[in-house]
Amino acid sequence: MLLISCPNCGPRDETEFHYGGQAHVAYPEDPYALNDREWAEYLFYRDNTKGAYAERWVHSTGCRQWFNMLRDTVSYEIQAVYPMGTPAPGGSAPGTTANTAQAPEGASK
Amino acid sequence: MVETAAATASNNGVREARRSPAAHLAGTFEAASLAGVAEIKEIPFQTMAGIRVQRDSDAGARIAQVAGGLPATCGEVVERDGVSVLWLGPAEFLVIAPENAHESLGGDLLPALTEALGDGQGQVVDLSANRTVFELSGTRARDVLEKGCSLDLHPRSFKAGTALSTEIGHIPAILWKSGEDTFQVLPRASFADFLGRWLVDGMREFASPEVP
Ligand SMILES: [Zn+2]
Repeated sequence: MLLISCPNCGPRDETEFHYGGQAHVAYPEDPYALNDREWAEYLFYRDNTKGAYAERWVHSTGCRQWFNMLRDTVSYEIQAVYPMGTPAPGGSAPGTTANTAQAPEGASK
Repeated sequence: MVETAAATASNNGVREARRSPAAHLAGTFEAASLAGVAEIKEIPFQTMAGIRVQRDSDAGARIAQVAGGLPATCGEVVERDGVSVLWLGPAEFLVIAPENAHESLGGDLLPALTEALGDGQGQVVDLSANRTVFELSGTRARDVLEKGCSLDLHPRSFKAGTALSTEIGHIPAILWKSGEDTFQVLPRASFADFLGRWLVDGMREFASPEVP
């Protein structure tokens, strides 16, 4: 069981949260310009990282707010919790480089 | 206002026509309760308004005037004249008031909140029928809740006068500690039957005669 520190509510059990997958996957600027392969890669292809991984979580039974988390996929150590729309601390985690500073529209609602 | 409300309530038949989500458990609750140790009852038909507004906006300030304030942090409850405002999120609040604050019984809380929001960004929604309230009290009330709630309910951490959204018996609910040994549990109406029976089950060992 992970103890996750919600930025609004403080530490709560993992069961109060839902996982939102890899963070910093930017919505394509012009979706119509993508071919099927690129669209499929945007929708379904994610990094499969061993180590620090930037991911989205929502505190579903608490404040119902989304946030980002940097978590080690091997040790489960939570290295950072930071707001939606901000780059991952350190900037070296997969999915945190280049054109990925913005979360998808509506993700913070 | 109270006199008007009472008159309206007795005249329009609304009060008599209402049936609460756990009305059928009233006898079960009474039989399961042991005074001072573990007691449960339903407090039905509270007037509730869901509010979404930024606290620091003009609309937020206007709503705070009507509601008695908007809590700033997780767990905080603002109370004024029998109206309580619970923090649900950074821009989401739940206003809880007595039954006769509802316009069906002559009250004016919701219209006043709606007017306060005006054309500001946010919403005021009548959620009076969304949740019911169970009041669980007694010296063992905390032990009952601890069987199915992952929060730290020890008094050093969970103080009287705070309310948190969480899960109790796997049911999403708001848990409001209104007194040292008194908890208000607010499940959504459709979960009231399950959670009511779950709490009664949890109370059984404390509200039974001790086995020598
Ligand atoms: Zn939270």
